Amino acid sequence: MKPEQDELFELEVEALIKEIHTQYGYDFSGYARASVYRRIKRFLGQKHLQSIEDLRKFLFTDSFFFENFLQEITVNVTEMFRDPTFYKSLRENVLPILSTYPFIKVWDAGCSTGEELFSLAILLEEEGLLGRTKIYATDINQKVLRQAKEGIFSASNMTAYTAAYYAAGGNRDFADYYTSNYGSVKFNSSLVRNVVFYPHNLATDSSFNEFHLIVCRNVLIYFNRALQDKVYQLFDESLVDLGYLALGKKETLAMSGISDTYNFVDKNNRIYRKNS
Amino acid sequence: MHNISRLIVIGGSWGGIQASMRILEGLPADYPIPIVLVLHRLRNQEGSLQELFEKKLVLKAVEVDDKAPLEAGHVYIAPANYHVLLEKDHTFSLDDSELENYSRPSIDVTFTSAADAFGKNTVGILLSGASKDGSSGLKYIFDKRGTAIVQHPGEAEISTMPLAAIHSTPGCSILNVERIQAYLLTLHGH
Repeated sequence: MKPEQDELFELEVEALIKEIHTQYGYDFSGYARASVYRRIKRFLGQKHLQSIEDLRKFLFTDSFFFENFLQEITVNVTEMFRDPTFYKSLRENVLPILSTYPFIKVWDAGCSTGEELFSLAILLEEEGLLGRTKIYATDINQKVLRQAKEGIFSASNMTAYTAAYYAAGGNRDFADYYTSNYGSVKFNSSLVRNVVFYPHNLATDSSFNEFHLIVCRNVLIYFNRALQDKVYQLFDESLVDLGYLALGKKETLAMSGISDTYNFVDKNNRIYRKNS
Repeated sequence: MHNISRLIVIGGSWGGIQASMRILEGLPADYPIPIVLVLHRLRNQEGSLQELFEKKLVLKAVEVDDKAPLEAGHVYIAPANYHVLLEKDHTFSLDDSELENYSRPSIDVTFTSAADAFGKNTVGILLSGASKDGSSGLKYIFDKRGTAIVQHPGEAEISTMPLAAIHSTPGCSILNVERIQAYLLTLHGH
């Protein structure tokens, strides 16, 4: 594209973001632009649309099309035991402290299709804490929440997930956690017996409870700094004193307004603890 | 906004680590243009690339953190399992969406995004590799009137990546690593 065309594209995207907010209530104004442009261009290519103008026609006349768009713009790529050292660290450095509480509350923010949620539940189960833990699993996207509730994943990933489970310090037979069926596996629903699934939009919704651990990995990377800061404030309001905040491996509180009141538990794995 | 007006993006796969090392070894600590390095590697591999570059370079080698601002004198290494994007305010955004060209990080993703943020002030360099990732990103840089450089296929350990780039971007400059380094040194002081 020529520079003028780029400028036009960017102006059209800004207008589209406003229109989506008005029409559907989803606010993308705080999303990181480089990523939004890329996702939209990718979506246009997939749907064989030539321009934002073409996209608008479908978006605002067909709510199913919008659902599909939402699914594509909000990245839902996830995996079980991603970064095994993170889960190992959670098991060794965080869960022993959480076990001193009579009742534990965890928020899995931006849980997507549930791979991270089931990984957390397995960890808690093995440390004997699942029975007295309530996990709030939230996502902006209702469709992925329904998937997360089902706990059905493609069997093709299980070799990698099994390896990651052992690398994360697991020592049981991983296959005991699921049943296989025609190319997919279903994880035991008892793992999510204490999970509340709940639609929540980090960009616009407020604090709804107080937690001992908030896990939000690779969700805020899609937001700009101002929105990230707002969400970090929200997490701060939602954490008990001495509560834990776990981010993705390349995310940092360093540039946020709450960094002074948090210390690293594990710098490499970006696990923070709130001061008392 | 930081005092950064240009950006160098380097991509490579098999043989790309050695080639990029040879180029970057010759750059001084006060080199004024930030450099972003996207090298393919095994998934879930930890930060060993950063340590390797940290040992050999006088430039500061760091893995990209989300929203970190670009600074002179730095080589930014794309972390395993993330795409690296550039924002117009000269900060990074990370992205963990689908693989592109079977890769995450993908060179095409970073090159394209760099050209969107820096336009004609983008220098794209594609090195040795056994993949075609990077060739469409290099063309994108070239089409935005940025500088497109490809390692000479005769010198590259694996020529697939340079050849794909020369095919996609016939107007690119084809140089061996010494010439690439010499060219980057001419940008010093701009």
